[in-house]
Amino acid sequence: MAEFLSLHDAVARFVEDGATVAMEGFTHLIPFAAGHEVIRQQKRDLTLIRMTPDIIYDQLIGAGCAKKVIFSWGGNPGVGSLHRLRDAVEKGWPHKVEILEHSHAAMACAFEAGAAGLPLAVLRGYVGSELPSVNDQIKFIECPFTGERLAAVPSVRPDVSIIHAQRADRQGNVLVEGIVGVQKEAVLAARHSIVTVEEVVDDLDTHPNACVIPGWAISAIAVAEKGALPSYTHGYYGRSNRFYKEWDAIARDRDTFTQWLDNNVHQTGESA
Amino acid sequence: MSLEYTSSEMMTVTAARALENGSTCFVGIGLPSEAANLARLTYAPDVVLIYESGTLQTKPNVLPLSIGDGELAETALTTVAVPEMFRYWLQGGKIDVGFLGTAQIDKYCNLNTTLIGDYRSPKVRLPGGGGAPEIATNAGEVFITLKHSSRAFVEKVDFVTTLGFGRDGKGRDNVPNIGKGPTRVITDLCVMKPDPETRELVVVSLHPGVSREQVQEATGWEIRFAEQLEITPEPGENELTILRELKARTDRAHAGQ
Repeated sequence: MAEFLSLHDAVARFVEDGATVAMEGFTHLIPFAAGHEVIRQQKRDLTLIRMTPDIIYDQLIGAGCAKKVIFSWGGNPGVGSLHRLRDAVEKGWPHKVEILEHSHAAMACAFEAGAAGLPLAVLRGYVGSELPSVNDQIKFIECPFTGERLAAVPSVRPDVSIIHAQRADRQGNVLVEGIVGVQKEAVLAARHSIVTVEEVVDDLDTHPNACVIPGWAISAIAVAEKGALPSYTHGYYGRSNRFYKEWDAIARDRDTFTQWLDNNVHQTGESA
Repeated sequence: MSLEYTSSEMMTVTAARALENGSTCFVGIGLPSEAANLARLTYAPDVVLIYESGTLQTKPNVLPLSIGDGELAETALTTVAVPEMFRYWLQGGKIDVGFLGTAQIDKYCNLNTTLIGDYRSPKVRLPGGGGAPEIATNAGEVFITLKHSSRAFVEKVDFVTTLGFGRDGKGRDNVPNIGKGPTRVITDLCVMKPDPETRELVVVSLHPGVSREQVQEATGWEIRFAEQLEITPEPGENELTILRELKARTDRAHAGQ
């Protein structure tokens, strides 16, 4: 059964140095507040999994939390590059980060396979792509029934997955609405999970086919109001496209980035 | 008589005209999204637009900045999880057209969105594959739109992120369950199609006022021109008005966020 914890305590308990962590949210519901808490607690050597690293992993990478990043599209959506990711990959600042890149289809299937308890995902993918030549985790297998050549990738099984959602009820059941990405799969694929929510309510007021994650399938719930900003929470607040654009200049320069991190993450408490 | 328009508008309108009314289109962000929505707002009201964020049959009022903007979910028929999007809808064969942009493209329509230079020590690191590798092989056919320049149009891409027709033009031969691949490339200068035999890109239509020399100068290999080289029809007043309104609405919406 999900425990209601402060964000500080949830991260302190479930995110260990060296852990494999998936913070999901496909443009929508990106768990920024939790990511910042991971930075404040100076977690190190994390293997960070996300389909789209987005600004959240750019911040974690620049803050020195990452050892390896597994992803499928590493840009600032609609803006350009993730400069902290590039600086780490190309110049080794603040230290060298290893990357393993996939396609979206493969990662989505890998999350689903992780949730399904399977060791691998099979897809009709990577045909003619050179990604398999630079990622040894992409293999090809023969269908035992038709002989068709299909791609196989290992399933994603994070030590801990972190997502943000609209709300939880007092039993810890969580409702995710709007673009749901691979969040449910990420939670179910992980050994532990932390869900941050905008609010806790008496009644989820949901529909029969809504994306609801039962409280007994979640490790911890922490309230983090506006916890997805500058990403957005459908029904609560919009995406700060302006910040995504501003991030380009902030992240381009190491000093500007460090200053931003000091002012906006390190010097703000969890409750700030 | 003829209207004033920019080469970008020419590109978008031409790309929009490529989409058939009633077809299902898996839309990439940026130029493809602009063209696909222009098609929907003009002569192809029943085109079904699908974005990889899971938004099915979406009708955004303004163009999304990101692939997962709230606008896409709010105006969609329904929104599904990302694994369902790629597995059921794309891999399951429900998509007629994949509409993609790219950073680099070569003479066999292979796309590179991974990096410039060598993989282990890149000169420029690009975002990566995203949905493109499987959109390009699992959609019925693929349209590509991008600005024409010798940096983008190279003889051989530095990295094949996404299959066009492979390094030798034969990359789809004898592959079961694969789409037709790129059938047209629309730029701000011209329209190109792969040769039915060799799969090498051939210019089939020049935009009004564009010369063969201009296209050659902006292409990193000796580009071929079709024997029956056509002139692309100019944008109509209605298309330009709707495109400009769409972009103005988009700018206003994004400025406020």
